[in-house]
Amino acid sequence: MTDIAIIDYGMGNLRSVSKALEHVAPNASVVVTSDPVVVRQAARVVFPGQGAMPNCMHEMDARGLRDAVLDAAASKPFLGICLGLQMLFESSEEGNVQGLGILPGKVRHFPPAVAMQDANGQRLKVPHMGWNQVHQAIEHPLWQGITTDARFYFVHSYYVETANPEPVAAYSFYPFQFTCAVAKDNIFAVQFHPEKSHAAGLTLLGNFVRWEPNFTTKASQIRA
Amino acid sequence: MGLAKRIIPCLDVTNGRVVKGINFVALRDAGDPVEISRRYDEQGADELTFLDITASSDNRDLILRIIEEVAAQVFIPLTVGGGVRQVEDVRRLLNAGADKVSINTSAVQNPQLIAEAAGHYGSQCIVVAIDAKQVSGAGADTNRWEVFTHGGRKATGLDAVEWAKKMQSLGAGEILLTSMDRDGTRNGFDLALTRAVSDAVDVPVIASGGVGNLQHLVDGVLQGHAEAVLAASIFHYGEYSIRQAKEYMAQHGIEVRL
Repeated sequence: MTDIAIIDYGMGNLRSVSKALEHVAPNASVVVTSDPVVVRQAARVVFPGQGAMPNCMHEMDARGLRDAVLDAAASKPFLGICLGLQMLFESSEEGNVQGLGILPGKVRHFPPAVAMQDANGQRLKVPHMGWNQVHQAIEHPLWQGITTDARFYFVHSYYVETANPEPVAAYSFYPFQFTCAVAKDNIFAVQFHPEKSHAAGLTLLGNFVRWEPNFTTKASQIRA
Repeated sequence: MGLAKRIIPCLDVTNGRVVKGINFVALRDAGDPVEISRRYDEQGADELTFLDITASSDNRDLILRIIEEVAAQVFIPLTVGGGVRQVEDVRRLLNAGADKVSINTSAVQNPQLIAEAAGHYGSQCIVVAIDAKQVSGAGADTNRWEVFTHGGRKATGLDAVEWAKKMQSLGAGEILLTSMDRDGTRNGFDLALTRAVSDAVDVPVIASGGVGNLQHLVDGVLQGHAEAVLAASIFHYGEYSIRQAKEYMAQHGIEVRL
């Protein structure tokens, strides 16, 4: 049985994600896969994604992965990264596309650079690219050993706006406050790239590999 | 507190070794790329950039093996450029472990390559590298810079600021801007060039070419409006560590990842 399945729907380079997971879990079997059967059989699932959300949704569906993703998000430790966070929500301004609708809220574009300035009066560029501080909003096993305000590597032009504050696990500023991590039951999803975030990122991935979430009744019913 | 300005050591690689030139020529050996990458990672580099300056295409695969080895050990973003001619080259570099691919000469020869590559893999991994040289403006015209290709050997007639805007419109997610006049001189970035390009585009600009001391890095951000600063020789020969550079920038009011 596969310990960790990284879902590959043809959007972006998953080598970094798998290398980083192999680094923190040297004895685990880590598989990059586009096979729904492998995803269903895996103990843990990582749902990454890069590029444009309409393409991501299309490619995921083209490979018949939607049900396997929904099933994993309802039943086992599930880590969304970047687009893998955004796709969990109901819709995106990017191409006005529908998301998976697992979490209430939508994905919005940063305002044009001309409208945003930093403390020195310098324009803030889009994409939001580089190392920003992640302010933890809740206590969570995946934050273990990571100081609040630790910096992680981001690269994105869209951000999630949750419909309610409940799933917010962390937020960042660019220049306004936006949600950069969410947590709900067995789901944890981040806008930044833990696989590219040096020690803090590896700590988070290591926490995910060891995470035993408390499943809700709903999730276990779906599993049955 | 928000986004940190980035410090990016640059490794020019040829035949499996890191080298550094002056004004794009006169190469000097600086060591093993994997070893150097690990050192910069430990010192807190925000990203690493590799430029494959291998002249012949025979040794092109060498860079793929180097990137594979670095990517298995160093968990920060890696940008790789040099000799990227087609989407297939982008794919090979990304699969080897690069997070971003930098395209220079081929962007001029075939601008659609940028649109195609960004369409395939997303703008976040497509960096357009621009080598620019100051030219005397006509009449009352002030500063103007021309784009050069082929490692700085070939003039294109293109205006660097206009070219950067065009590359952004085709899908470039970042601009790596090198002043040929300053590269290797240690006299500091061409701040007027850096600011002209940075203020003209919405995507991040990496300033490159000419860093000789830590104040130059500060100037690149505060005066040049760069989101990231790239340097090679001041780090390669152990003059300054990345950590020292970041502390210096922090002392001058620049937000960095320490």
